[in-house]
Amino acid sequence: MSAAEPATEVDDEKFLARLKAFEGRTVGAPTEGPDAVNQAMIRHWVEAMGDENPVYVDEQAARANGFPGIIAPPTMLQAWIMRGYKATAELAEARAEGRRAVGASPADDLMHVLDEGGFTSVVATNCEQEYRRSVVLGDRLSVSSSIESVSTEKQTGLGIGHFITTVLAFTDAAGEPVATMRFRILKFRPGTGKSTAALSGPPTAGSEEPRPLRPRPALTHDNAFFFDGARQQKLLVQRCASCGILRHPPRPACAVCRSFEWDTLEASGRGTVYSYVVVHHPQVAAFDYPLPVAVVELEEGTRLVADLVGIEPDAVEIGMPVVVTFVAVDDELTLPMFGPAPA
Amino acid sequence: MSARSARRHTFAGTTAIAGIGATEFSKDSGRSELRLATEAVAAALDDAGLTAADVDGMVTFSADTNPEIEVARTLGIGDLTFFSRIHYGGGAACATVHQAAMAVATGVADVVVCYRAFNERSGHRFGTGVQGRPPVPNAENASFAWYAPEGLLTPASWVAMFAQRYLHATGATSEDFGRVAVADRAHAATNPRAWFYEKPITLEDHQASRWIVEPLHLLDCCQESDGGQALIVTSLERARDLAQAPAVINAAAQGAGAQQDMMTSYYRDDMTHLPEMGVVARQLWETSGLAPADIQGAILYDHFTPFVLYQLEELGFCQWGEAKEFVRDGNLLMGGLLPTNTHGGQLGEAYIHGTNGIAEGVRQVRTTAVNQISGLEHIVVTAGTGVPTSGLILGVDR
Ligand SMILES: [Zn+2]
Repeated sequence: MSAAEPATEVDDEKFLARLKAFEGRTVGAPTEGPDAVNQAMIRHWVEAMGDENPVYVDEQAARANGFPGIIAPPTMLQAWIMRGYKATAELAEARAEGRRAVGASPADDLMHVLDEGGFTSVVATNCEQEYRRSVVLGDRLSVSSSIESVSTEKQTGLGIGHFITTVLAFTDAAGEPVATMRFRILKFRPGTGKSTAALSGPPTAGSEEPRPLRPRPALTHDNAFFFDGARQQKLLVQRCASCGILRHPPRPACAVCRSFEWDTLEASGRGTVYSYVVVHHPQVAAFDYPLPVAVVELEEGTRLVADLVGIEPDAVEIGMPVVVTFVAVDDELTLPMFGPAPA
Repeated sequence: MSARSARRHTFAGTTAIAGIGATEFSKDSGRSELRLATEAVAAALDDAGLTAADVDGMVTFSADTNPEIEVARTLGIGDLTFFSRIHYGGGAACATVHQAAMAVATGVADVVVCYRAFNERSGHRFGTGVQGRPPVPNAENASFAWYAPEGLLTPASWVAMFAQRYLHATGATSEDFGRVAVADRAHAATNPRAWFYEKPITLEDHQASRWIVEPLHLLDCCQESDGGQALIVTSLERARDLAQAPAVINAAAQGAGAQQDMMTSYYRDDMTHLPEMGVVARQLWETSGLAPADIQGAILYDHFTPFVLYQLEELGFCQWGEAKEFVRDGNLLMGGLLPTNTHGGQLGEAYIHGTNGIAEGVRQVRTTAVNQISGLEHIVVTAGTGVPTSGLILGVDR
């Protein structure tokens, strides 16, 4: 554990309190962008983006579309108030040297705190914009930023980190609101992601190691409904929409009437053990052993392979009645499993 | 079933296996798979009395990592007019000979090499299953979606599901599976090429061996091996002029059944048949004009013991559900009604994906087997079970 990481729960709480203190903080006066909204920057932008909408470059087209004149692309909003290369470089240098830069905002200060806490990586997660009016040529935009929220520590796919939501309020030369932008980033500790830990789930009992996830099903247009259904606690069986025959595993067409049309039937979840095994070896960390697995024959007639839960491996018998239960084996995978049917 | 008239395969009885060659069988070959393939092919050519210049066709498994042109280039084989690969793992074994015989009988090629070589033990091991398989969303990977997330990751686990139902339906016991292992190991014990040479087992050993996937014990499962095996197929006419007595290809066939899966055909009306082996068996009998009573020995694919019982029934050596009595009577052993896997099988000799069993069939026909079946006229050889498969009847040249 590096010195930069909070060492105890008390430290964790203190750290969170430091972060939470940033919520609601705002820079004092709105900062004015360096340039008025201008055609040259717009043209560079739309060319780079490959956006051929004429309302950004052609006065007539803009008016024909109901605008007062050429407008700036909405996605360009932040470009008008960027502080420029020199200021950004100064900020980065100050960060590297561990001092506060001249002109640093509360957001910059928050970044600094998170860097110190070991949350050194950053990724933008989402951005919402809301316009009061279009931005037009000649507008002088100013911005004031405030930190709306700092989340508690979250485990994400990328790593353990905090989500930070910043609100930028854009105003024009008259001080009238033009637009707001809500911008969310994740500051996270590198190397703590689920992807680097080979997609880890809850730890194995008695082990510090995160447990590897079960193998993923390869999802296709033909089979995805089954796993989507399981997440909604439904055991779905593919049904031919023409002749009504049920089929499992799913196929893109009906082998009886050749129809490509199908829907699904929600099975009752009652069935019997048609055959079963108890897996002992090789042992893969994603599973608990001995692992009883059955071919279950549903009362609707189709069979499927499923894990047995709540039954001692020695007590499994061919023909025993079982009922479905849905087990979320990890965040993304829910599987229908079967347990003993109530007497 | 189609109403076609009696099948005739033009290669049946007109083609032969003229050469066999193999590397040693081990747990760590210490050399590349390409070298194993090359050594095996070279040995088979030497055995037949042919040279690289005679070869114009090559067949292997799609699972093999040694492309035909790599082996050809390494050995100095020149122009190829026929090359082919067969899918479905061990189900391809006899199908390599099937395809070679078709090529020879149709004049597409004169001398076809069939080969299979791998470091299945020291390199990539099948027994470790599919856990690392990335789920690229294609049909082949999607078929694992119904097994891998549930923890059925290995061939043993897939076959065990059949075995449990078979025990339930037929009244066979784990000991009946064990009798297959005991017979294999008895034969391996007297075969110096076998990994388990001089290491026979008892039924008690089988029963005491640990569970792999219930109802399969460790000793129900074949070993994992490194090695290579090659076979030379040519016309019977040409084979008669070569170095060895020809092993006549009396019949060869492939088979996949309705509702076929890769070792997980759990959705058929019942799980106590192997319809794909039935498809093979019907062709073997029909095109050879032979019947089970004309067969004196068998090489039955034995990656897992239960499917040997299924095969005895599908091939017609006994009725459905009666394989247990057939094995209890000692019929798989030397001196029995159908000495089976006389080289030790894949449990006892080596697991070379069924191809070493074809070589044993050839040795039985040549009367050069270490456990020779006296008076043998015809022997049946089968390929991987639970998957689309294949089979052969090899016979003495008369
Ligand atoms: Zn239909």
